[in-house]
Amino acid sequence: MTSYGSYRQLRLAPQRRGVPKTLAKDSPLWRLDWILLLAALALSAGSSLLVWSATRGRDSLTHGDPQYFLYRHLTNFVVGLVLCSVVIAIGSRRFRTLVPFLYVGVIVLLAATLSPLGSTINGAHSWIQLGGGFSIQPAEFAKLAIVLAMAVVLSDQVDAGEREFPSHRAVFRGLVWAGLPMAVVMLMPDAGSVMVMAAIVLGILLGSGAANRWVLGLLMAGAAGCVAIWKFGLLSKYQIDRFAAFANPQLDPNGVGYNTAQARIAIGSGGLTGKGLFHGTQTTGQFVPEQQTDFVFTVAGEELGFVGALAIILLVGVVLWRACRIARQATDLYGTIVAAGIVAWLSFQAFENIGMCLGIMPVAGIPLPFVSYGGSSMFANWLAIGLLQAVRSQRPIAA
Amino acid sequence: MSNIPETGRTRRVTIRLVVLQILVLSLLATLGGRLWYLQIRNAKEYTAKATGNHIREVVEPAVRGEILDASGRVLAGNETRLVVSVSRTSLLQQKDGGKAVLARLAEVLGMPAKDVQEKVRLCDAKTPQPCWNGSPYQPIPVTKDATTQQAMQMMERREDFPGVTAQPTAVRRYTGAEGANLAQVLGYLSPVTDEEVSKTADRSGLDRYLPADQIGRAGLESVYDRDLRGTAGITKLEVDNLGRVIGTAGTVSPKTGDNLVTSIDARVQKVVEDNLVQAMNDARNTFDKVTNRNYEADSGAAVVMDVHTGRIVAMASAPTYDPNLWVGGISGKDYQSLTSKESNFPLLNRAIQGQSAPGSTFKVISTTAAVQAGYSLDGTYPCPKSLTIGGREFKNFESENFGSITLEKALEVSCDTVFYGLANDQWLKDGGIKPKKEPADWFFKTAHEFGLGAKTGIDLPSEVTGRVPDRQWKQSFYDNNKDAWCAQAKKGGTSFSDQIARENCVDGYQMRAGDAVNFAIGQGDTLVTPVQMARIYSALANGGTFYRPTIAKAVISPGGDLVREIAPQADAKFPGDEKLLSYINQATEGVVKSGTAAWKFVQAGWPQDKIALHAKTGTAEVEGKQTTSWLTTYSKDYAVVMTISQGGTGSGGSGDAIRRIYQALYGVDDKGNIDNGKALLPAPQAELPKFNPDGTAIIKPVGYSGGGAAGVAGAPVAPAASAQAAPAPASAFLDEAPPTDHPASYTAADAALEPGRGPGRGRA
Repeated sequence: MTSYGSYRQLRLAPQRRGVPKTLAKDSPLWRLDWILLLAALALSAGSSLLVWSATRGRDSLTHGDPQYFLYRHLTNFVVGLVLCSVVIAIGSRRFRTLVPFLYVGVIVLLAATLSPLGSTINGAHSWIQLGGGFSIQPAEFAKLAIVLAMAVVLSDQVDAGEREFPSHRAVFRGLVWAGLPMAVVMLMPDAGSVMVMAAIVLGILLGSGAANRWVLGLLMAGAAGCVAIWKFGLLSKYQIDRFAAFANPQLDPNGVGYNTAQARIAIGSGGLTGKGLFHGTQTTGQFVPEQQTDFVFTVAGEELGFVGALAIILLVGVVLWRACRIARQATDLYGTIVAAGIVAWLSFQAFENIGMCLGIMPVAGIPLPFVSYGGSSMFANWLAIGLLQAVRSQRPIAA
Repeated sequence: MSNIPETGRTRRVTIRLVVLQILVLSLLATLGGRLWYLQIRNAKEYTAKATGNHIREVVEPAVRGEILDASGRVLAGNETRLVVSVSRTSLLQQKDGGKAVLARLAEVLGMPAKDVQEKVRLCDAKTPQPCWNGSPYQPIPVTKDATTQQAMQMMERREDFPGVTAQPTAVRRYTGAEGANLAQVLGYLSPVTDEEVSKTADRSGLDRYLPADQIGRAGLESVYDRDLRGTAGITKLEVDNLGRVIGTAGTVSPKTGDNLVTSIDARVQKVVEDNLVQAMNDARNTFDKVTNRNYEADSGAAVVMDVHTGRIVAMASAPTYDPNLWVGGISGKDYQSLTSKESNFPLLNRAIQGQSAPGSTFKVISTTAAVQAGYSLDGTYPCPKSLTIGGREFKNFESENFGSITLEKALEVSCDTVFYGLANDQWLKDGGIKPKKEPADWFFKTAHEFGLGAKTGIDLPSEVTGRVPDRQWKQSFYDNNKDAWCAQAKKGGTSFSDQIARENCVDGYQMRAGDAVNFAIGQGDTLVTPVQMARIYSALANGGTFYRPTIAKAVISPGGDLVREIAPQADAKFPGDEKLLSYINQATEGVVKSGTAAWKFVQAGWPQDKIALHAKTGTAEVEGKQTTSWLTTYSKDYAVVMTISQGGTGSGGSGDAIRRIYQALYGVDDKGNIDNGKALLPAPQAELPKFNPDGTAIIKPVGYSGGGAAGVAGAPVAPAASAQAAPAPASAFLDEAPPTDHPASYTAADAALEPGRGPGRGRA
């Protein structure tokens, strides 16, 4: 059976309405990957407690309302779930046709950050203030745009049955589409997000079956890029300091190395079962900066201990395992590439974020998927879950 | 998988996806491993760091225990002062950072507002003194001399003074009870250094020094520091990353230190101190015929020891100083003056750190040595006016000739030539200049048996050993100085010291006849401390037991309960037999009756027939200085020893002073009449003082202040009562004497403090 056939099968399912329709054996609900969904739900739901714990004493941020961040985080979560549902409802095939519009929209947003509309946080010009205390970080959506754009370009000929693998021309075009947002993000400068995007590109090249030379070439280009950046001083002082602190944790423990040192103390002092939710001394004492966003993992490490922190890693593992499975079982290369891109995206981000908290990766402002406070990240992550579910929903009911 | 429809995926893509999956898995495994490493393996290290991060300790110093005399008089106590402190934590919670509070405080205290502000600001590199150097969480003292009225003003308007406290705080005070100074015995306190704090940071309890601690640095304050110090209270404050207090993580209240009861009697101490000063003043008005100027009497020491226990009743050292100079931190000027040559180092306790040749007071040891070596007590020995030994003439003091005399007479008149002869005899027997393989060395051996050349083990720090210049010492001294001597000899000078150097360079290690005979009369290189001599003469008085000298008797809790007794400890026995002991006792009594000290005792009206005293005088020669005066005496209760550097002869320098000390102890007036009511301490205080429930001692009126009346009223006044039961024969203090007539208040517990004296003896 061709992939096109499965598409038609969905469309030809008997039309029913109301509750009987949603519970029917062939309803889209049964086609969802519930393990993936539950793992992601558990991460986001649990993260609200961590974000709450990290922020309830930070009066300067919460304006005196201890639940300020809790409510906003839950709101983001709910919006994320809605976005996820919309993507599932649209379905993978139809969504594919929307990709060009989404891509253009993201590029416009990215460009806006460089205009006077953008604002600077932590040295990077990567936010757009929307007013009313809301702001968006277009780089998060750019990751999604790269996944989708490359998936469309690389799978086009293959899914049409014209070729076994993406042509060199297709790969080149895909890289150009990926390179454009990366270049804009680099200008912000937001090296962390560029690294994530590079990981996504690498994952997609792997998953698409592109020729080995492209994969190796990209790896070498990445290495050369790192050398060039180092040699020609393309990094800002802020970024260099972060790397210096990583290379030597004892360096200036009250200055540059402070974040990582405090993060490690928070996690290390958690022990096996932690100090109890809301009872972490590092957390209540606000010793770890950016604890609700980039360093949210340290709250789990300190207050929930090895058990809680490992649970987060395992849940992330479950999400990635299901995503890999979806990539392998997708009915077309487009689906495989989307899933593989998302795996590369989430796994790199989780590894970098947790690794930074644990002191084995340099500090970069990259959120922990589903857990860190931040609307753009949360929306993008749940859109990704929606895409994965949509890809999976194309499979026949027999699965 | 079989029923999954074929897709556009090829084998290559599938393999690539598996690679991706393995990559993801290994990344997650890496995170898990690192997590285990931090949280399980290194949990301890990070827990400690987290604690250090967010816990700040506020220390409330403990009140230090008191040092009491034998009757419970406070020798080192605490004075309450009203200390007004300001908490920075509270100040910072004020809208204006506490400025208004400080201004009001300054007004109430009558201080310039600027002074108050400067006192509570934190020290840093840019802030000059005055500023607060301690923890910002510690209440910062603004003044230590607030009045009660000022404190009331602040307490009445508490809302105007947030974070301001006025607390009565204990400050060390050396009371000078009964006029006693006792500076070197009590010692002093000083704050712990930063180094000590950081060195002991990982310990707990008394082993840990806290930043606010004052610790004993000398004297009893140092030796019993752990008993006296108490444990400081610690409040653990939780703070956030900016140092703001966010909670309290536990409070430990301070625990007052224990009190120390000593055997010192403040009144006797005062008498001893005064008489030492008097004796030195008298010496400075006495002409020295040898040096043709008055005696310098640069320093001196006196010890009164309870002969049956080794307990110190009084211990004085001159020159002395005011121990309160140390309270609240000694000023640089004061410290300099206490450690300068001009002040002649008053911090030294010369009773245990001053050493000099003992002179003839050593002859009781020489006599014992001679008898041990086999010379008969009944024999007579020639006492010519001089003796030539090894080509050098050794003269008697003032070149007297007594003919052939017994050892007893030799002791009584302090005949040097008798001992020269015996020592030379022994030296020859040991092989002379070419000694036998194992020489008997009776004189050196006996000196060691008497505890010379070793610390007595008194409970005071930095005691010195003195020196017995035996063959071993000679050899090591030679080894250390050979090079210097030989270098001096090479220069070929002709002065006296050049000649000596030449001799010493060749055979300075040899025990020569001159060394041996000089030693026998306590001259030459021999060095002893006053407390060593008090211990030796106590042993003569108590039947031959060498007790370890002690000052502390017991440690008492702040509530007045006994924590620990410091029991007397017998360390050694008199090496001779009882016959020799009573022989020496007879001879030393002869010194008082008709010998070298008679003119200061019996001939000065001392009632020797009622209260028998024993003595030995000593006049030690010191190269380049005037003679050191020694007088070692004992009654059946006390040994009293006094020495004055550059103070003249033994009896001349200290005779009057020591007689007056005995007069005060036993209530004897200048005509020799005894009035028990006036006696300060006719027998050493055996009991511990009784304590009120609040821990203060009940000071009983003992001695002339009405001891008799109290006794009639039925109060248990042990010392006075036992004194009336006293004039017991000396043998009553030997082991075989059964206790007969102890006062009813003399309990088993009391007796345990004094083995050999009470009904509880057998159990101890």
